[in-house]
Amino acid sequence: MEHHLVLRVVAKLLIPMILIFALYVQFHGDYGPGGGFQAGVIFASAFILYSLIFGIENVRNVISFNLLRIVSALGLLLYIGVGISALIFGGNFLDYNVLATNPLSGQHIGIMLIEFGVGMTVAAVMMMMFFVFSRP
Amino acid sequence: MILGIAIIRLSSLFAAVMLTGIFSLVAAGLYVSMDAVDVAFTEAAVGGGIATILFLSTIALTTSQEKTGENTSLPAFFIVVLTGIVLMYGVSDIPRFGDSQAPAHQYLSDRYVYQSLQETGVPNMVTSVLASYRGYDTMGEVAVIFTAGMAVLMLLGRGFRSGARGSGARGSSARGSSARGSGAGGKSPGQREKVKP
Repeated sequence: MEHHLVLRVVAKLLIPMILIFALYVQFHGDYGPGGGFQAGVIFASAFILYSLIFGIENVRNVISFNLLRIVSALGLLLYIGVGISALIFGGNFLDYNVLATNPLSGQHIGIMLIEFGVGMTVAAVMMMMFFVFSRP
Repeated sequence: MILGIAIIRLSSLFAAVMLTGIFSLVAAGLYVSMDAVDVAFTEAAVGGGIATILFLSTIALTTSQEKTGENTSLPAFFIVVLTGIVLMYGVSDIPRFGDSQAPAHQYLSDRYVYQSLQETGVPNMVTSVLASYRGYDTMGEVAVIFTAGMAVLMLLGRGFRSGARGSGARGSSARGSSARGSGAGGKSPGQREKVKP
């Protein structure tokens, strides 16, 4: 798609906004609609748009396949790790109240961390699936 | 409904993929009109965006025309109709939409609606229910996504960059193939054992 000037220009304009919007959805999910799952999908869709228009090899040079595999595992491990750390601090599994001195801030930290884990896994898996499916 | 019938009747897979994307968008609009903004968000992003892209790349891998065969089997038809009747019978026991006497609304909704802000400090009720009260469920979902990704990798990703093979030759959807893969070969990814809570 090298010769589609309009697509290239519009994509260059849109991709940073999509990334920012994904981060907004990720970290504003406590207050508005959204959360880790949606943010991960939006984040992945920015990279997918880039690879559709500028070629997938450019994206592969930035994000290697092994990195995606590691990130997708790290997200799940972060989620489970929050649960385990709640166990270590003396609560139940995934009981965020004990993560901080104040139960409310503990809940806040816990929810933020697990949403981040969800976002990491979802974004990495979606990009991975697209890379695998769009193999030339 | 009309879109669904059209998707079944079409033999051009490209048009069918476009119609599923449109269907997701319509469904997202319906969810918004029912005040389920989070669900609509997910439907628009996943159903309208990612799933369509994955379908399209599957078509690019395989073929864009459905194979038409006249292999109608009578027992299969009866099994489908019977399953449909049983499902409709089961639906009759589900509480009506918005029924205040439904079991879920006896005490659980009240607690979520009135106490979740005090208990979690999160204004968005959906987030607090998903991430805090139903943390186990969400963890299972993340594990499912991870396992699906690994299954797709095992099915299609072998010999990555070594040329295309006819792996997905049946035109099966991403979800279908990943579901089959996760059911069959769930042991191979090493992280699978840690998933069980």
